[in-house]
Amino acid sequence: MGGNGTGQSILVEGLEKRFGDVHALRGIDFAVPRGSVLGLLGPNGAGKTTAVRILTTLLTPDGGRAVVEGFDVVRDAAAVRRLLGLAGQSAAIQEELTGRENLEIIGRLYHLGRAEAGRRADELLERFDLAPAAHRPAKTYSGGMQRRLDLAASLVAHPAVLFLDEPTTGLDPRGRSGMWEVIRELVAQGTTLLLTTQYLEEADELADQIVVIDQGAVIAAGTSEQLKSKVGGDVVEFTVPDASRLGDAVAAVAGLTDGDPFTDQETGKVSVSIGDRGSEALIEVVRRLDAAAVEIAGLSLRRPSLDDVFLALTGHAAEESAATPGPPRRRGRRARQEAGA
Amino acid sequence: MTTVAAPITVAPTAPPIIRQAGWAVTDSLVMAKRNLLVWSRVPAYIVFTIVQPVMFVLMFRYVFGGAIHVPVKGGYVSYLMPGIIGQTGAFASMGTAISLAQEVQKGAIDRFRSMPIARSAVLAGRLIADVVRMLITIVIVVGIGYAVGFRFQNGVGGAVCMVLLATGFGLAVCCISAFTGLAIRDEESVQAFGLIWLFPLTFVSSAFVPIQTMPSWLQVFARNQPITLIINAMRSFALGGPVAHALWTSLASIAGVLIFFLPLAVRAYRRTS
Repeated sequence: MGGNGTGQSILVEGLEKRFGDVHALRGIDFAVPRGSVLGLLGPNGAGKTTAVRILTTLLTPDGGRAVVEGFDVVRDAAAVRRLLGLAGQSAAIQEELTGRENLEIIGRLYHLGRAEAGRRADELLERFDLAPAAHRPAKTYSGGMQRRLDLAASLVAHPAVLFLDEPTTGLDPRGRSGMWEVIRELVAQGTTLLLTTQYLEEADELADQIVVIDQGAVIAAGTSEQLKSKVGGDVVEFTVPDASRLGDAVAAVAGLTDGDPFTDQETGKVSVSIGDRGSEALIEVVRRLDAAAVEIAGLSLRRPSLDDVFLALTGHAAEESAATPGPPRRRGRRARQEAGA
Repeated sequence: MTTVAAPITVAPTAPPIIRQAGWAVTDSLVMAKRNLLVWSRVPAYIVFTIVQPVMFVLMFRYVFGGAIHVPVKGGYVSYLMPGIIGQTGAFASMGTAISLAQEVQKGAIDRFRSMPIARSAVLAGRLIADVVRMLITIVIVVGIGYAVGFRFQNGVGGAVCMVLLATGFGLAVCCISAFTGLAIRDEESVQAFGLIWLFPLTFVSSAFVPIQTMPSWLQVFARNQPITLIINAMRSFALGGPVAHALWTSLASIAGVLIFFLPLAVRAYRRTS
């Protein structure tokens, strides 16, 4: 299939990209073994989409190189395009057309014959539970159905490598779990997958390997377990219902660990990394809060989540930085790509 | 489920040149078909492209027409129809800019670019679809014209030449429109400003009223601007009369617009990534 025998389906070395003053990618490296799933994780503006746009031949890098199935994405762009599938935010879907028409047209654009394109469309509609809606305009579809149709469109030509750019952003929980199910099935069939997401849970659920990027640089890489072990043990989490006491609560538990406790101002949630001290630390937290006369709700001791990993790595939470866009936003497509969301 | 399991890959080796050229044509036609299908599904598009010119015919024929006197055999309706048809060609281009801006905005063009389809297919498919749409509209407008008293007076050849000239003119404006749509990229802005220049240009021409009725300072512009030249040539094709001068100058202006704006549109398209 590919031109290289290394077993790497995607290889990225020292990849750099600038948009004016914005250094969207500052030399990132990663590799995706054939048949595996890589989760590219990071907040909005981290450079995830820029990396995907380079890998899918839509942007030319300013430095470094990217190779897909042995083909350089700049020099052999045409070959790379014949091997990849790209899906994400329903961009390929023409809402006025029916689900079947959408897939048929994509099939024709991949140079399938008329009959073959129709056959492939039916097959994919069946597989993604869209057959009952095949003859309805796509604009009548739910968000989850549109994403599934978009994903189906990216699979028309049996791509060897699939890129999913934030496949569940904006979906409700039901739509999201539906998408996950479909993606898991694909992966089980051996497709190499690169997935970008701002949801730690999503990377945890789907990816074999996770690369965390922030502000255009790789800040961590490994399996979900490896990343979690970086946080170094368990987390005590509690909620302070009275927002005015949040500061007191943090001050009370601050001395417990090396790192600062993380607070979420909006929900009043406080997380404290306690290493391997388990229930002993839990009791200490309760004692200190009691001494400070802070009332709490929902106290728990849990294994670290990728949220905690992100916090430990970047010093800020994934959602927090997702809410504060880096470069100023301008209207339209250009602003989005320059932000490298 | 047996056939979908293995990832069978499209051969990564580059196909021969002739095959690629053939695909460039079929890709463009598939894109054109897609665009026409979308057009036929949206009542608002149909109203905008067909009902609007029909309204213009009726309004000028019955409302303004009585006040406008022209020295033309068959009266004002004969004078009017070539003008309306020229305007129809020009205004059809509105859809070109809006659709392209929409496709850039929602990322559809990016998606097509990541696929192994001819680079030219998106733009070519759009222009082909718009020309087809324009021809359909022109045929309908001519039909309405016949219903309200218009007659071609210069035979079938003249009629065909008039329609071809209108289509060529429309295609030229579509190229300008494609450029503005791809350069502005914002649907609302395109809708508001994209083709606003077309209004004074079509109304300050010989399309609806004889130029002699305008103030003399305006006549200088109206008499020499390309839309007047094109409408005059169309009128001569439809009603008879000397064609040569107006035809050559209008063909030259159409060619000029194509030579200038087609490369600009292609460049704007490349830059959308």
